[in-house]
Amino acid sequence: MLNAAVTDSAQISEKPARRQPVGLVFCCTILGAAAQILMKTGANQMTQPGLLGMVTNLPLMGGYCLYGISTLLLVLALKDGELSLLYPVIALTYVWVTVLSFLIFHDSINPWKLAGIVLIVSGVTVLGKGGRR
Amino acid sequence: MKTPVSHMLLVLFASFIGSFGGVFLKSGAEQVREGWVYLFISRKPPFFNWRLATGVGMFLLSSYFFVLGIRPPGELSVLYPMVSLGYIFTLLWARIFFKEPLTRVKFFGLFLIVVGVVFVGMGSK
Repeated sequence: MLNAAVTDSAQISEKPARRQPVGLVFCCTILGAAAQILMKTGANQMTQPGLLGMVTNLPLMGGYCLYGISTLLLVLALKDGELSLLYPVIALTYVWVTVLSFLIFHDSINPWKLAGIVLIVSGVTVLGKGGRR
Repeated sequence: MKTPVSHMLLVLFASFIGSFGGVFLKSGAEQVREGWVYLFISRKPPFFNWRLATGVGMFLLSSYFFVLGIRPPGELSVLYPMVSLGYIFTLLWARIFFKEPLTRVKFFGLFLIVVGVVFVGMGSK
């Protein structure tokens, strides 16, 4: 809405190439959820405690890398978008983690979780639609 | 309710730090030049993008306190609602530090998300 007021004149001339900040945060939450699943997998097969055990744990390290990439995407999104609009979208991570841990770890899913997922997705949809104007 | 108050405070503290991480990431992101290589190099002196670095550091710190808080006997049904408080803090900081307008759409979207996170927490008993 008032994004144009924040960006400087150099960026306004490049407006057709503008990124979709909400879309970027969307990707960021998928990566973040994948990172959490990898870290859980790594934690489950952790044999020796301590730093060496962590560094040699491939899923755990993979999880950290994905977190790094997801943070980069968040920075790119924040460069063009509003903090108050983008930060709550990160809650989508809960949706992916709930679905993925049901599929992979066979964690239980119940009406509460299902209702929560529906609410979060509709909230993000509202913010996404509102931000595009 | 089995969750000790100390665990609640840890998670509250984590979401508080996390919301400030967002503020630093946003103010650092505004100084990022085009291209990935320039991520931690800022436009103006002192050239190192310390805001971005602080933001990343605060996220790491926040996840550390979060993990401490959700350890047993912490219950997610009690602790997740406190996580979503972080989103409300962020709305305030965005208004104060970046003068972002708080529209009805943002309040409505945030409300749905906060209730959603509370529900996911309730289902995670």
